[in-house]
Amino acid sequence: MSAEAFLQVNNLKVEYITKEETVYAVNDVSFQLEKGKVLGLVGETGAGKTTIARTILRVLQSPPGTVMDGSIKIEGVDVLKLSEEEMEKIRGKKITMIFQDPMTSLNPVMTVGEQISEVIALHNDIPSSEVRKRAEEMLETVGIPAERYDEYPHQFSGGMKQRVVIAIALACEPDLLLADEPTTALDVTIQAQVLELMKELNKKNNTTTILITHDLGVVAEMCDDVAVIYAGEVVESGKLEDIFLHPAHPYTVGLFGALPRLDEDVEWLSPIEGLPPDPTDLPEGCKFSPRCPNCTKECRHWDVHLDEIAPGHFVRCIHAKGEDK
Amino acid sequence: MAKLVEINNLKKYYKTPRGTVHAVDDVTFRIEKGRTMGIVGESGCGKSTLGRMLVHLEESTAGEIIFDGEDVTQLTDRDMKKFREHSQIIFQDPYSSLDPRYTVADSIREPMVVSGKYSRAEAEERTKMLMDLVGIAPRLRLAYPHELDGGRRQRVGIARALALDPEFIVCDEPVSALDVSIQAQILNLLKKLQQEKNLTYMFITHDLSVVKHISDDICVMYLGQLVETSPSHDLFVKQYHPYTKALLSAIPSTDIYNKMNRIVLKGEITSPIDPKPGCRFAARCPYACEQCHQPQKLEEVEPAHFVACCKVREINELKK
Repeated sequence: MSAEAFLQVNNLKVEYITKEETVYAVNDVSFQLEKGKVLGLVGETGAGKTTIARTILRVLQSPPGTVMDGSIKIEGVDVLKLSEEEMEKIRGKKITMIFQDPMTSLNPVMTVGEQISEVIALHNDIPSSEVRKRAEEMLETVGIPAERYDEYPHQFSGGMKQRVVIAIALACEPDLLLADEPTTALDVTIQAQVLELMKELNKKNNTTTILITHDLGVVAEMCDDVAVIYAGEVVESGKLEDIFLHPAHPYTVGLFGALPRLDEDVEWLSPIEGLPPDPTDLPEGCKFSPRCPNCTKECRHWDVHLDEIAPGHFVRCIHAKGEDK
Repeated sequence: MAKLVEINNLKKYYKTPRGTVHAVDDVTFRIEKGRTMGIVGESGCGKSTLGRMLVHLEESTAGEIIFDGEDVTQLTDRDMKKFREHSQIIFQDPYSSLDPRYTVADSIREPMVVSGKYSRAEAEERTKMLMDLVGIAPRLRLAYPHELDGGRRQRVGIARALALDPEFIVCDEPVSALDVSIQAQILNLLKKLQQEKNLTYMFITHDLSVVKHISDDICVMYLGQLVETSPSHDLFVKQYHPYTKALLSAIPSTDIYNKMNRIVLKGEITSPIDPKPGCRFAARCPYACEQCHQPQKLEEVEPAHFVACCKVREINELKK
């Protein structure tokens, strides 16, 4: 691991603890990200992707959410150790998040302009006329005419609302952007517009980004690095090429097999049999073993660790082999 | 091949205080027996309304729906009940389409009880058989929907749709709410059932890779209008309508080396309220001209490949 990585998440463990049960949402997750890179966090519903993002931004609902262990270092500073006051200065300025559903993440009784201005005014000591000017510039940047500053969210379509959400997130030129399924609620032609916009802004501001998605096509388009999450663990991580050209974990391989493809004709898809495990009652050994076609006795009992099978390509599977081994 | 469903100039308008919504406007196509017709388009293009009209959950405003030689828009209530035995629907959201107070067995049995075609014992027997057919373990017979995951709920929805042995099933985004690994299970199940029972499907979705996988033929819709239709394989090889071209190029590909040349459309879908005559895509179309504001005709540019665009020959450099 290089010491100069911009973001370092180490052994993060998050649980949701209620009287009845404990949900093991994030189990010993580690990854790192260099400045200006885009990391794709891929996984299915309930894998723990959003919990990871919320923990980084420190907006985990608590109780029941509890960080049990681990550290999240941004430029060497562990955000989990900061006080709430210190965090408030960082949130919105240094780290921001785009939430999945643009329909519910905007305030319906504030104009979109005010919502962008709010962030700018909070983090910058500048006169209000200047704030408005910057907010208008931000609207223009995401492709919305500045004249629409005084309109309310309900006057915007889904794609436009998501642009507003992006404008709010990027208003203070954050160092780290957490984008949680930013285009999932959008139609494919609108998604194409929003992805182009995010790519452009990313390049311009050199923003480090974590993109959470279940869409492997979006990952292929946007990301430099990929981490595949299953049952709260990173099961495979590496460069985009490692994951897409040489997937090594049976779950990653399974995901690609289950996907209907535009460039190939197959009679039958190869689904991953079974269901993801119950997060309150995770299996012993490898968490994927009950669904895995290559499962052996060892898989069910051994602790499985992330192994580096090729430089920078990590896999959590005792049967995984390197590309050149 | 025999045609099972034929739709002629079908329209559905909704009157609203702000004007008339043209949800489905003058759509014509046919579905052959035992095949799958995929309907693709973005939100608001009228694909679900179309599906609901086909199983008569929605009255059509004008046009014909001919099912097995009979116009079902004109049926009496009694004949309608019969018709419903032949055509069923699977809904998008397995979380809200099942009655939360019905067990799995209740939900599957209900259509058989309503139809009166089966005795109690027969219905019981068929419920067991259907559960087995769609892959629900017998121990879940008395489970309630909230105890099931999305994939299993959708299996219940499918079993329920099959209860009366229909010939035709409208699948309205049946896998959109499901994760990739579960989605593949359900798509395989639908395909297997089709082969075993010679079912005819109309498969509505916004996901183009899903539609390519499952359909034999495809209709592309935009704001209530049919813009292009052809056999599935042909459409993915060659698109003629400017909207279809843009739509297909917008799909993010998992092939990291061969990036498609993306056509990014300007603007967003316009309003379907009191639209002007002519092509509804014209407002966003890079090739739009005066002529586009006239009503467009579906034209056969290649065998079985129809396109509604007056500039189709010019754009694609085809002979007149």
